[in-house]
Amino acid sequence: MKKKTNDGTSVNSPLLRRPIQRMFFVFLLPTFIAFCIGFVYPFLQGMYLSFCSFTTISSAKFIGIGNYIKALEDATFTHAFWFTALFAVISVVLINVLAFLVAYLLTLKIKGANLFRTAFFMPNLIGGIVLGYIWSMIFNGILSKYQTSILMETKYGFWGLMILMLWQQIGYMMIIYIAGLQSVPEELIEAARIDGANRWQTLIHVTIPNVMSSITICMFLSLTNGFKLFDQNLALTAGQPFIFQDDGSQIKTTEMLALNIYNTFYGQSSAARGTGQAKAVIFFVLVALISVIQLRATRSKEVQQ
Amino acid sequence: MKKKLISILMAAAMVATVFTGCGGDSGESASKSDNGSVYWLNFKPEADEALQDIAKTYTEQTGVEVKVVTAAEGTYEQTLTSEMDKSNAPTLFVVGNQAAVKTWGDYCLDLEGTKIYEQLSTDDFTLRKDDGTVASIGYCYESFGIIVNKTLLEKAGHSVDEITDFASLKSIADEIHANADTLGFDAFTSSGMDDSSSWRFSGHLANMPLYYESVDDNWTECPAEIKGTYLDLYKNIWDLYTTDCAVDKTSLATGGYDAEAEFMNGEAVFYQNGSWEYPTLSEKLGDDEMCMIPIYCGAEGEENNGLCSGTENCWAVNANADQKDIDATIDFMTWLVTSDEGTKMMTETLGIIPYKAAPDSKNVFLENALEYSEAGKTTIPWTFNYTPNVDEWRAGVVAAMNQYDAGGSWDDVEKAFVDGWATQYKAANQ
Repeated sequence: MKKKTNDGTSVNSPLLRRPIQRMFFVFLLPTFIAFCIGFVYPFLQGMYLSFCSFTTISSAKFIGIGNYIKALEDATFTHAFWFTALFAVISVVLINVLAFLVAYLLTLKIKGANLFRTAFFMPNLIGGIVLGYIWSMIFNGILSKYQTSILMETKYGFWGLMILMLWQQIGYMMIIYIAGLQSVPEELIEAARIDGANRWQTLIHVTIPNVMSSITICMFLSLTNGFKLFDQNLALTAGQPFIFQDDGSQIKTTEMLALNIYNTFYGQSSAARGTGQAKAVIFFVLVALISVIQLRATRSKEVQQ
Repeated sequence: MKKKLISILMAAAMVATVFTGCGGDSGESASKSDNGSVYWLNFKPEADEALQDIAKTYTEQTGVEVKVVTAAEGTYEQTLTSEMDKSNAPTLFVVGNQAAVKTWGDYCLDLEGTKIYEQLSTDDFTLRKDDGTVASIGYCYESFGIIVNKTLLEKAGHSVDEITDFASLKSIADEIHANADTLGFDAFTSSGMDDSSSWRFSGHLANMPLYYESVDDNWTECPAEIKGTYLDLYKNIWDLYTTDCAVDKTSLATGGYDAEAEFMNGEAVFYQNGSWEYPTLSEKLGDDEMCMIPIYCGAEGEENNGLCSGTENCWAVNANADQKDIDATIDFMTWLVTSDEGTKMMTETLGIIPYKAAPDSKNVFLENALEYSEAGKTTIPWTFNYTPNVDEWRAGVVAAMNQYDAGGSWDDVEKAFVDGWATQYKAANQ
């Protein structure tokens, strides 16, 4: 193997480089400490707390798996899970199809493409709570004509959240798709055209396989965003309408997982904080698992250019 | 080279953000005096300015450091949870109802026998733990009822004295509502059910049925189950509020109405709220133009009722704090309710304080409360302070009332009220 020659900068001199290489951990240390403080420690602490009963984290008492049993027995949690799963699946499909479509149209060299890109991307820059309140005004402005509001029916809440989510996310995913589409080699498209492929065939057999890496990342982002949705949910419906069951329990029909965890943790007395924590761990495992499966599935379809 | 520079900058920025957090705290603890110090985690944003001033005055007079931090509106529980974990935890905090006693009881010093406890003029607002020890003591109390714009009421041809029970309230309100177009104002302000207003009904108005039931059943602590015997009264008054009003009841859930502004602009005669509204309302209305009457909802003997007086403003002292900080805190509390400056500030910003050295308040509504009780009427306590998992319970009641307003059945409100109570009680006491 040919040794790399000194290109003139003294930093690359072996005399200087070797001691630096030997002391690599000193350079890694700041980042590593930050990673530990910001991620590893809170994560392990959170895991531990899910097995405890506590009011503040310094007063935690170990109680075993009781929190997990309570969390899994909680009907509102199961309802929130299925509601969230349904929401995530539908939003993944709609966001990606629409974002791809918009990206495809905007790479066709139409007039004002840059203006459109900017305009479509803008909703992403607005915070979730603000969006939730703005859209709640829009929806209720329309629904009040029919003497109802978004809080009255589960389906209004569901599709309201969906519209909000699409409006916010499509622009973001569109940018990623545009980058992907622009990196598809011209030669491949040209070759396909010479071979007599029409637009549709080119799209299916050449373009899409080549933007598979963008699809992977967009699917990943929209799926995890769907599962983690919180601010918009809180601001738009806060779980309403409720169903009041005969055993006295109530189900918040539009409450998603993250909001359910928040309500368990802060809405109830400290007895439920451990349960909230256990739900959060279950939530993490679920989201991690689902996104790993999704990554595997789409990665395997990616092609090397 | 450029990339390297960027990554170095990124790393530096990251380290900087990590360590800036520590900077502030260590500075504060270094300046802590040996005499102990006070850290008051306040929950009333509107009182923050006055409390900061009084803390400064106290420090100037005694040299004891007093730090007042105010949690943002609606985030007291969250702020308290994280602050309690710090090495400089609050020494003085607010534990305002039974649900909070459940959560924070272990952190509350038993105040019985302390010198601040001896200054109390009444035990009415003292909250106790299950074992009977004192968790927190009231530091001011408030009253709520129906605020009346007397000028408008007279314009409509009636006077406050005519209203003595639900029937008279209803007939006057119905008449005003029927003639709203010619009068130019309506009977009640809007009863908005968004988070900024729904507590007036899921909390304060719900006090009426809860109070009557608590009298029947002699509640001394939060009952595991309630019967909802007096929910008809709740329905009576809610129907009146939502019918004799300028806005459509189906729009209450999300309308974003501002009842306070409506009342100040003279758009309605009646406005259910509390004595804390006085500073704001008095900017527009004179003291002789408004008064507060009891919430009449059709109960037997309600003509002998006064206003609902109580408080969620209860001081608790952190039992885990250093002894010298505890002593400093109790000294500070005692000063607040005995010294001239302290009592003046407390009365002006917070209302009447239940302590022996309390001066009179200039708040019209609190004067009304006193007049009623001096006339021998029953002061209604804040029974809703018993509510288990109060936020969750209220969320259920609000959701059910929204359905009812939109044409749904009242059964759901009863379910949310009665069954919801049992469910939340179980959840809170598991």
